[in-house]
Amino acid sequence: MKFGIVVFPGSWSQQDFHHVIVSVLKEDACYLWHKDADLKGSDCVILPGGFAHGDYLRTGAIARLSPIMGEVARFAEKGGLVLGSCNGFQILTEAGLLPGALLRNDCLHYRCKWVHLRVESQDTPFTGRMQRGQVVRMPISHGEGRYYIDRETFKRLVDNDQVIFRYCDERGNLTKEANPNGSLDHIAGVCNERRNVLGLMPHPERAAEAILGCEDGRLMFASILETFARA
Amino acid sequence: MIPSIITPELVESHGLTAEEYDRVRSILGREPNLTELGIFSAMWSEHCSYKSSKVHLATLPTKGPRVVQGPGENAGVLDIGDGLALVFKMESHNHPSFIEPYQGAATGVGGIIRDIFTMGARPIALFDSLRFGPLTDPKNRYLFGGVVAGIAGYGNAVGVPTVGGEVFFAEPYSANPLVNVMCVGIARKDRLFFARAGGIGNPVIYVGAKTGRDGIHGATMASESFDEESEQRRPTVQVGDPFREKLLIEACLELMEGDDLVAVQDMGAAGLTCSTAEMASRGGTGIEIDLALVPRREAGMTPYELMLSESQERMLVVARMGSERRVKEVFEKWDLDAVAIGRVTDDGLLRVLDHGKVVAETPATALADGAPVYRRPMVPPEERVDGHRLDLSTVPLPDDYSGTLLDLLRSPNIACKEAIWERYDHMLFLNTVVPPGSDAVVLRLPGGQRAIAVSTDGNGRYCSLNPYRGTVIAVAEAARNVVCAGGEPLAITNCLNFGSPERPTVMWQFAEAVRGIGDACRALQTPVTGGNVSLYNETSGNAIFPTPIIGMVGLLHDVAHATGQWFTTEGDLVAILGETLEELGASEYLAVRLGLVRGEPPSIDLARERAVQAACLGAIRRGIVHAAHDCSDGGLAVALAESCMGRAGSSIGVDVELGGTIRPDALLFGESQSRILLSLKESDWPMLQGIAASHDVPLQRLGRVGGTRFRLQGPTFVIDLPLADLEEAWRNGLASVLGR
Repeated sequence: MKFGIVVFPGSWSQQDFHHVIVSVLKEDACYLWHKDADLKGSDCVILPGGFAHGDYLRTGAIARLSPIMGEVARFAEKGGLVLGSCNGFQILTEAGLLPGALLRNDCLHYRCKWVHLRVESQDTPFTGRMQRGQVVRMPISHGEGRYYIDRETFKRLVDNDQVIFRYCDERGNLTKEANPNGSLDHIAGVCNERRNVLGLMPHPERAAEAILGCEDGRLMFASILETFARA
Repeated sequence: MIPSIITPELVESHGLTAEEYDRVRSILGREPNLTELGIFSAMWSEHCSYKSSKVHLATLPTKGPRVVQGPGENAGVLDIGDGLALVFKMESHNHPSFIEPYQGAATGVGGIIRDIFTMGARPIALFDSLRFGPLTDPKNRYLFGGVVAGIAGYGNAVGVPTVGGEVFFAEPYSANPLVNVMCVGIARKDRLFFARAGGIGNPVIYVGAKTGRDGIHGATMASESFDEESEQRRPTVQVGDPFREKLLIEACLELMEGDDLVAVQDMGAAGLTCSTAEMASRGGTGIEIDLALVPRREAGMTPYELMLSESQERMLVVARMGSERRVKEVFEKWDLDAVAIGRVTDDGLLRVLDHGKVVAETPATALADGAPVYRRPMVPPEERVDGHRLDLSTVPLPDDYSGTLLDLLRSPNIACKEAIWERYDHMLFLNTVVPPGSDAVVLRLPGGQRAIAVSTDGNGRYCSLNPYRGTVIAVAEAARNVVCAGGEPLAITNCLNFGSPERPTVMWQFAEAVRGIGDACRALQTPVTGGNVSLYNETSGNAIFPTPIIGMVGLLHDVAHATGQWFTTEGDLVAILGETLEELGASEYLAVRLGLVRGEPPSIDLARERAVQAACLGAIRRGIVHAAHDCSDGGLAVALAESCMGRAGSSIGVDVELGGTIRPDALLFGESQSRILLSLKESDWPMLQGIAASHDVPLQRLGRVGGTRFRLQGPTFVIDLPLADLEEAWRNGLASVLGR
């Protein structure tokens, strides 16, 4: 399976995704330069973390205008798998490929730490190998990750089972302390209605090797690979 | 109006003495013009010329089997095997951070990163050594908050993880906080780049951000003491743009894959002046540039301003003739300006033109290496004779040992620093195997079994009481930290932060500290590959503690040896290598409990130090060590407590019995050197005994890991606390003074 990792100027997680896909999972990966409107035949497109274009404006507000994003939108429309982590999630919401917005953390500063996530749905190509209600560990690293959405859309999101991850404590409880950025209803990750586009603030690529503390992130890659194998 | 004739006042306002000015005249054989005066004043500033420190620094050991590049380049380089080179350097940004903490710290980060990738290395990690006055003072809180935010704001966005460092609070730093930043990078050994101009006629290309009026005279500002008016110098501080720096990193590293570049240099202090003069001087060539070609963001800038601007995120590269197009293409891909502004010449002169007309012309070596060298007078401070003496008989024993331990754990100097490092991305690049919070950070290296361990260390309080011994300890402790993490110490970089060298007592402290580095580095076989000197750290005559900061790097042949300071396993034995003496001078204990900064810092025997480190490393390499922790600030009791408190929620208790005939407070809180706390399986105890004996190092069994209580018993005291009490004190110590 071939993963295409988009590189915007200011992206920084692309090497990490590349390492996990190629060196750990022994799959194929290529970089996709933001100025090229070409996905190079990728089976799954990844939008990595970082500060695309410096994020001096609203995060992702400029990145969504890059030539590659038109291709990503067409790819998603045709049912292609698109995963956005951290800055990638922010860009997907700005591009309108995912609902909601990511605001400044309620603590008003950047946070890099391990968090617990409760899997809210295994019914996506990215979470098929997880169990609903399962608690997984992944790091976050962001200053603007507070998920927000208006009441009406939020209701639709919940009704459609589009909330995929929620911040929780180690036992799966949605305590206030477990919500690292003040996200609405603890939301850490959501998918689109068609369920082929997933965005999350945490970094699954940072939780893919035991030596770094945890391998839970591999479940996400394994799910994608399984989806692809079945298709 | 800009005066056209150089007056004595003008010379003085440029920070040059009358004698220095005469020297400029004799080099040029004429009066300099204003631009030339500015150029000389910047290059001959203390910050750029090291004129007061050079004679001392020349005594340091700089060679070793692994040293590829010692002092004198943008950064030091070590051969770490597998065809890889480790590139590292530390630098201060104290003065700018005092004037404008966010941008001062941010541009400090940006500057040190450029020093690393100009050598052809990908920067993989940042470390910060910070010193502030007590956080009870709102001004200090403002500076602390601004500096941490600046480091986070720049480091996170530029995409280089900030994985370690340390912070210490004491009153003298109210007069000038310290912001020392270290960067580590990895290069292929056969793809290193140096800042030496070469190839007569080769184009000199300006790359990166446009030039503005920011930071003019930054180097001169950094070479003066402060007074009440210093805030007015805010315009001398630059403004950082981490996004543009990220583009510069990627564009330069992409270009360095090919054969288009001859030399690369960052435009840091003294901007265009320093980069042209140093590249030409190192290469034994001249450089000619035309300022009319320099990209600028403001109209009407004079040659003087263009040459002295310290606008950030700019580089100067010498390309091969014929490579101009390729260089331009790569930089354009990354949306960066790249303009040929001159060429390499054979006449040894730095010639500056403006629209073809010469506006400055001087020998490049006279700028880079021709500053006067001073052997400044040195006198030990008077209080050394008397005022520092500590009479332990006047120090009563504490009534409540548990309370004293909690007070120490709560002290901002010892308390958990997670509130700081959680603001920094410390995981990017997937290398961080032992995370921040342990003695040393361990980063795995690409494509193999190897890893590096890095630690920064320096105790200004020790150095204020005995600069020689304090500095020996700084080197020894940094090496010990690396050893505790499983690494073999290889080499150091450093940042030497002192007051005004024009005061003989400060100069004496400086000379003693350098002597200490030399002796310790020779004994531990860790050569000095570079460093930075920051003088004039004082305001209105109040100097900081003399503060040499050591950045130590070490190598792990097998990443499986990476070891943390945290107890891991119920039932493990706890043991200590080394010896506890009755030493309380200069301790955190005296400072916290009695507000005393007195006495001699702990004694140190470098032969014993080597033996302890060898024993610890030997045991780690045999795979029997579960946790290793250096006993330092706060002594054995604090070290034990720190080893109990790992990741929140995974703490583990300990039950220990201490014997001995020394004062119980010295036993618990004394900071005797060359001690390492270990935990291991009971069945591995005989092997550890054998290793300790073979290195002739004292080894003592203390107790066991386990449970949920912290129990420490001695002949005349018992500390018995639930872990939750330790956690409450230690984890909230920093946050509680910050009032959050």
